[in-house]
Amino acid sequence: METKNIMIVGVGGQGSLLASKLLGHLLMEQGYDVKVSEVHGMSQRGGSVVTYVRYGDKVHSPVIDRGEADYIVSFELLEAARWLSYLKPDGQIVTSTQQIDPMPVITGAASYPEDLVEKMKAAGAKVDALDCLKLAEEAGSAKAVNIVLMGRLSHYFDLPDQAWQESLEAMVPPKFLELNKRAFELGKKA
Amino acid sequence: MKQLMLGNAAVARGLYEAGCCVISSYPGTPSTEITEEAAKYDEIYCEWAPNEKVAMETAFGACLAGKRSFCAMKHVGLNVAADPLFTMSYTGVNAGMVIGVADDPGMHSSQNEQDSRHHAIAAKVPMLEPSDSAEALAFAKLAYELSEEFDTPVLLKTCTRVAHSQSVVETSPRAEAEAKPYEKNIAKYVMMPGNAIRRHPLVEERTRKLQQWAETAPINRIEPGTDHKIGIITSSTSYQYVKEVCGDRFPVLKLGMAWPMPEKLIRDFAASVTTLTVVEELDPIIENYCRSLGLALMGKDVFPLEGEFSQNLVAEKMGLPVHKGTSIDDPIPPRPPVMCAGCPHRGLFYTLSKNKVTVLGDIGCYTLGAVAPLSAMDMTLCMGASISAVHGFNKAQGAEAEGKTVAVIGDSTFMHSGMTGLANIAYNQSNSTVIILDNSITGMTGHQQNPTTGYNIKGDPAGKIDLEALCKAMGFRRVRVVDPYDLKACDAALKEELAAAEPSVIISRRPCALLKYVKHEAPLTVDPVKCVGCRSCMKIGCPAISIKEGKARVDNTLCVGCGVCEQLCPVQAFQSTRKEG
Repeated sequence: METKNIMIVGVGGQGSLLASKLLGHLLMEQGYDVKVSEVHGMSQRGGSVVTYVRYGDKVHSPVIDRGEADYIVSFELLEAARWLSYLKPDGQIVTSTQQIDPMPVITGAASYPEDLVEKMKAAGAKVDALDCLKLAEEAGSAKAVNIVLMGRLSHYFDLPDQAWQESLEAMVPPKFLELNKRAFELGKKA
Repeated sequence: MKQLMLGNAAVARGLYEAGCCVISSYPGTPSTEITEEAAKYDEIYCEWAPNEKVAMETAFGACLAGKRSFCAMKHVGLNVAADPLFTMSYTGVNAGMVIGVADDPGMHSSQNEQDSRHHAIAAKVPMLEPSDSAEALAFAKLAYELSEEFDTPVLLKTCTRVAHSQSVVETSPRAEAEAKPYEKNIAKYVMMPGNAIRRHPLVEERTRKLQQWAETAPINRIEPGTDHKIGIITSSTSYQYVKEVCGDRFPVLKLGMAWPMPEKLIRDFAASVTTLTVVEELDPIIENYCRSLGLALMGKDVFPLEGEFSQNLVAEKMGLPVHKGTSIDDPIPPRPPVMCAGCPHRGLFYTLSKNKVTVLGDIGCYTLGAVAPLSAMDMTLCMGASISAVHGFNKAQGAEAEGKTVAVIGDSTFMHSGMTGLANIAYNQSNSTVIILDNSITGMTGHQQNPTTGYNIKGDPAGKIDLEALCKAMGFRRVRVVDPYDLKACDAALKEELAAAEPSVIISRRPCALLKYVKHEAPLTVDPVKCVGCRSCMKIGCPAISIKEGKARVDNTLCVGCGVCEQLCPVQAFQSTRKEG
């Protein structure tokens, strides 16, 4: 199988590491070769962060380049737009509609672009946008946005629900498992 | 067992399987998790040392005593530890010793993008260079075999994309390495001129033997291709990008050993192809070696010296098709890293900004004090430089500078290499003001303990160095502690210490807001009736505060109720959301 590419993008501190761990486990269990590339250190401090997940028969590069992503999973709208050029021509964006102003917008040096979902669609991207923060809070914690997004992403994968559930059980601490299972279901059904 | 493992965790697993017994490291992105992961194995003694030089010398002592040892550091940390490295090359080892060094091409979290391979060449020690987690594990084990067979420390070099990428590894059980007896050997281990003169020829001979080993070592391998018009020599992640782009089309010589390089293997490979291309990130190390053999090639005339490579970059430079994506017309505002909401550094940096002092900075989260709107930093160079440089600055400009110049340095960085600069101020007497930003943790690298926190790498109680007592013992009479959440106290402390006629230390003390034990206050909210939209609260660059429709607004998912903004508001528009009773 040709290598498939998933990018997880967001703002440092939003929980993309758990999402990539979940995907890594899930895809390994399906028998794929998998590579996951993460960001640690300074850029984690509220900066734009990106995690690359790649899987297939044999994966070489740990990173995803422009025009290569089959999926972009985004925790924040501006970040989806920032990484848009990494999407394949027929790729799918799954994004939370949450907006977090970056410092240049906060200080007034720049403005947050409007109508990003429509503009990304006009640029040819398939965009699935939903209010993941609201769903995460409904599940019991604003921190569960990552798993709401995973639930939504599961729509696009031809994998049994059981496989996702097993990876959740393997990767989420028992204390938070029920909450995250609710978050996954809410994302999936939304 | 097959599993997905971070490159750094795979190095730690390799150390464990090889029977490593002692690890001493200083944290540094992207090397930190090697030691954190190794600390999870009870069979290995692990510690955080105050700096990389101490870590390397500790590991050396352990190998001298007969146990396999290791130390890890980032590329710039190897500069700090270069002194022991260059002479350990002469002494060699007793039990095996491996040094992990992680480069950061693209500078995800570093102040420069130096190429550590230069250190291997300059110190005349072998260097292995894995390209994924499986190799990281295997090369860590191989490094011990080489270390003991050739009587040398061995460098194990990774980079961000190896250290911080997960890929599939197969693990094995630990094989205990038999402890080597310690035998006194003055001629080998006491490096004074008479002995070192006799050791140097052995070092040169060792390099020749290692080069022979490299000629047939399985980690230097030729992968055949179908199109011999181009032959590619590559290593590390560049190898992965080459394979991604070219598949099995062109023959590839993949070097797992960065130094020394196999002359005959390279010559034979070059002779088997029409043209030669060298693909390597950062400096032309393989390229220069090939050129020294008289080989013509395509290298840094086409590939950049700066930044990380990727599959598109390799394809473009080789004239192969490149993937393209779509974009929108709107400019996308950048999202640089910022001090977190509730960061204790913010109040202090606001005070420095307000008083318009010259700030000689250092390495840590607080380097973000240089970012707008605070913009309260004039210089950042390397670990510890703030204190040494403020002394030099003040000596050059005299009293004029002394009243408006400070050094700022974190607690961990102070223990790393700030103390020696402070000794210079005490000894050579400049009227300097030093601010230690004590957030009770090594923050930037992800919360590692240090000698001032009172805990060790496993979180157990440990020795604790008292910063106030230390500064006083060095001869500073003016040592005071302030809470950086208290802007008035910060302002008074800064003004008084700058005006004082003798050197002083201000310790700005409050634990990092991200530490689990730190209790947060309820988020603040803005009363839109009271708020006049004066933007006073915007001067501190807090990511939780923005102006919407002319009024300040607090993001309650980010705010930790530190109250710094509240102290700036002229109309008391900020209110706590805490429920009374």
